Amino acid sequence: MEFFLNRYRNLTVLLVAIVAQLLLLAYQVKSNGEVRLIRVWAVSAVTPLARVIEAGRSGTVHFVRDYFVLLNVRQENQRLKSELDRTKMDNQYLRAELSTADRAESLAIFQQQSPSKTIAAHVIGNTTGVGAKVVIVDRGTGSGVQKGMAVITPDGIVGKVTAAYPTASFVLLITDPSFAAGVISQKNHVHGTLKGQGYSTVIVDYVQNEQKVEPGEQFFTSGDDRIFPKGLPVGETTVVREGKSYKEIFVTPSGLQNGLEEVLIVTEGVHVPIPEAQPTSQTVHLQEPPPAESSDASTIDGAPDQVPAQAPAQPPTQSGPLTTDADRLVDQYRKIGQAEKHIYGQSAGGAPNFNINLNPRPADVVPLPPGAQNPASPGAPSSASPPAPSPAPPPPAPAAKNPGAKRP
Amino acid sequence: MSDLGTDFRLDFSETPLLKKGVSKYHIAAIIGIPLAAILFQVYVPRFFERLSYLELPLLVTVYFSLMRRSPVAGVLFGAGIGLAQDSLSHNPLGMFGIVKTLVGYFAAQMSQRFDVQNAGVRLVLGFFFCFFHQFFYWVLGRALLGEALDLDLQTTLLVAVLNALVAVPLFHILDRLKVTD
Repeated sequence: MEFFLNRYRNLTVLLVAIVAQLLLLAYQVKSNGEVRLIRVWAVSAVTPLARVIEAGRSGTVHFVRDYFVLLNVRQENQRLKSELDRTKMDNQYLRAELSTADRAESLAIFQQQSPSKTIAAHVIGNTTGVGAKVVIVDRGTGSGVQKGMAVITPDGIVGKVTAAYPTASFVLLITDPSFAAGVISQKNHVHGTLKGQGYSTVIVDYVQNEQKVEPGEQFFTSGDDRIFPKGLPVGETTVVREGKSYKEIFVTPSGLQNGLEEVLIVTEGVHVPIPEAQPTSQTVHLQEPPPAESSDASTIDGAPDQVPAQAPAQPPTQSGPLTTDADRLVDQYRKIGQAEKHIYGQSAGGAPNFNINLNPRPADVVPLPPGAQNPASPGAPSSASPPAPSPAPPPPAPAAKNPGAKRP
Repeated sequence: MSDLGTDFRLDFSETPLLKKGVSKYHIAAIIGIPLAAILFQVYVPRFFERLSYLELPLLVTVYFSLMRRSPVAGVLFGAGIGLAQDSLSHNPLGMFGIVKTLVGYFAAQMSQRFDVQNAGVRLVLGFFFCFFHQFFYWVLGRALLGEALDLDLQTTLLVAVLNALVAVPLFHILDRLKVTD
């Protein structure tokens, strides 16, 4: 045995190493678990170094940027007055500060306004898998992060936590081929399953060809997957076409469009309703409804100014919005009933005189006896004494049907 | 059979190439260089996505296995670096480990037959092992995990060429870390 091991020492070591790793692999696949201890060691060993390098990189970038800013300021100093230079330098500095703080500020504002409880995290690296879209963030179980939590930005969803370690977590991005989430379209509320493809666009699967999804339509999380709370933006539909059994819908994820440096991990998600789609067309101007017919009749002859003077007893009144012919007819009958002192359904003597003219014209007015004052005649003090209201208008003249024949 | 094995060992293990060509490194270099290679793969592709095609952990495995000229050392290097790489991926532990174990073993075996100080030999070996690594990872992914991984032959060959081109200057730099007696 010893001879055998010495002779085939290399092969024996190789076989032991391969078999041990195969067993490790088989255990993980079989139990669907993971060898947490080794991963914790590796992540704990690498993430502090990654943090140091990231700090060094950002420090160097800031230093170089500051150097060039100062260089520019020095050149400006040669040409401009010192006071103006100082103001410009302050301005430059503040602008740089603002641009640096802009992203973090928007994240903080979103964090405050969002109903879900979130914690901010910084992306510090990628994982080493071939073709995998997994990033490492600097928040782990020590910060309350757990496997399966949703990761978002103010612009949309980013991914989900696939593993949480004490100091860091792995986040599977929505562009990874193994990613899936439940989504719903904004306009027609079509449900589907979001899937990554390994590159920048994602697809929404399991949408029947009969269902309606339009290019440009927004997708939101549906909350069905129990990972993402309902109502988070996912992205905009770019291409929709008919497939064999399901539609082929390509979506540009909105959460990854502006780079990925700071993210929010949703520790307690709150479902919110899907926002209503904005109407695409402009507002339409609606004209006022047409006036009542009774007033039309008074103005059709071109002498509306004479009507209040001649028949002030029955000014055209409108009890409400008369929108239909039936409304106007009922209103007219009501006025006739009042003029005739007839109560429909109670008064004896049948129906009132429906031919009564409620708005007599000057030609229809009975001529006054000589000596009596005509309130409408020029020079008469009619303006000082208003005409007495007549309780009942005069009976209609036969010519009332054709007033134009009596006009002077 | 035993005579044949003895002759084999005499032919290859007693050559001056094997006797004189074993390189030694400081323990800090042996630990630090693979760690730096893994860190490079974790960190740098964030800013330069194209550099994700650079398999520095693999090149480091090949280098140490070639220079140590010991299959056992190659197996241990490969397994260690592969498992470390696995633990930073979201794949089950062992995928990179098995592939790099084999790479380390075969690289050490190759080193007993070729002059691994030669740049041309390094270029060819770098290309071969990169292609072997990609191909065997694809085989393992399909066979053991049932993953529907794509193997684009053209891309794989291109990646292997690029890694081989990087391997030559990288190995030259790493040569400076040798400890001389």
